[in-house]
Amino acid sequence: MHMLEVKDIHKSYGACEILKGISFNVDKAETKVIIGASGTGKSTLLKCINQLDPPDKGEVWLDGEELTNPSVDINRIRQKIGFVFQDFNLFNHLTALRNVSIGLEKVKKIDKEEARERALQELKRVGLEKQASQHPAQLSGGQKQRVGIARALAMDPDIILFDEPTSALDPELIGDVLDVMKVLAGKVAMLVVTHEMGFARNVADEIIFMEGGKIIESGTPNQMFQHPKMERTKEFLGKTSTLYGQE
Amino acid sequence: MKSLPELLEGVPVTLLLTFFAISVGFALGLLFALGRVYGHKLISYFCTAYLEVFRGTPLLVQLFIIYYGLPAIGIIFSPIQAAMIGLSLNSGAYQAEYLRGSIQAIPSNQMVAGRTLGMTKFQSIRTIILPQALRISIPAWSNELIYLLKYTSIVVYIQVRDLTFQAKDIASHSSRYFETFIVVALIYLLFTAVLSEIVDIIEKRLRIPGVGVTNKVGLRTF
Repeated sequence: MHMLEVKDIHKSYGACEILKGISFNVDKAETKVIIGASGTGKSTLLKCINQLDPPDKGEVWLDGEELTNPSVDINRIRQKIGFVFQDFNLFNHLTALRNVSIGLEKVKKIDKEEARERALQELKRVGLEKQASQHPAQLSGGQKQRVGIARALAMDPDIILFDEPTSALDPELIGDVLDVMKVLAGKVAMLVVTHEMGFARNVADEIIFMEGGKIIESGTPNQMFQHPKMERTKEFLGKTSTLYGQE
Repeated sequence: MKSLPELLEGVPVTLLLTFFAISVGFALGLLFALGRVYGHKLISYFCTAYLEVFRGTPLLVQLFIIYYGLPAIGIIFSPIQAAMIGLSLNSGAYQAEYLRGSIQAIPSNQMVAGRTLGMTKFQSIRTIILPQALRISIPAWSNELIYLLKYTSIVVYIQVRDLTFQAKDIASHSSRYFETFIVVALIYLLFTAVLSEIVDIIEKRLRIPGVGVTNKVGLRTF
């Protein structure tokens, strides 16, 4: 049994079918990167996994529990699935520290002082202990995203879903966020939707290439970049490496 | 000026009405705003109907119905009770609209971020949405407070002995309309100035660091 099992997920908005049967697994502490052109349903897939936007058909299992079963307590399960947003979505009225500790206090019902301690540790882990008392509006984009990662980490998740975590960042700030993610690789499972091919190549255990709501091909970075089986994969990776520069 | 003590007898009544109506109106407003934004269809319709009725009819007519009308079906209130009920219900409708505007001004992703942490919808509303929405509704709320303080004066029409009622009484006995009402105007002005200053201080205290001036949301115009 795999830690996360995604089985034949279908999702439509109106007449438009976004996901046409997606299946894959993620094991403990594994890093999987989903790549593909915009509008191929990558973000939708992440929302189908944590049931923010439940799929029309198919199953999602985490630690042997079926998330797609309507009778499951999804609030309990979501504590085990961290989520990092493209546009951060930090809580604007709270300090960086409280952004990280609020889930511990309100959801895990951990004592306030203890939650603070834990939150401070997580902020240290992403290199932001000095910014603990600042509000989101006082932070740079890269700092905001690192707070977002700390917020997800604090809940001790089995897996963290990253929805294009660096797409809204200035180029010089992307590195800080990717560095934090690299350190996490191998410690917590990560499912990362990104256009950062360098990250995919160097950090991923497996790369999943999606297009038109389907998985076209998946494999290790070496296999995908050196010997892609599908013509479409070759074409996409060729285009992006011209665009983003060869590593 | 020997009638000043008599005049001031109306002050506690005016202040009582203002603070009672702003507080009860706030509780009602919050309830109706939440009901309208997050409630199921039926609740949402009911809330909308309440808001439309109380914002779409004159306050004076509402007071007349409560004070003079309801006895016809056996419900009798004293003048002050009728005033407290009428002002609260009316202010509740306006405050609900201000709060609804503020709640809807908070990006929907704030709620999504709360839910991804495992918060329930209720927890997200309480710990994420409302603290932000209430902050941005302060300017509108401050306006409502000032408005209420002044508009409590219409309760003279249902025989409540507030500041304006006392003034009318004194003026008609002494025929000194000009002086009496100038003094009354100054008393109202003093209170509105003090109250808006207090709310201003509260707003500055609560301002989120790094965020600029708060938005004004659909102020009551008259």
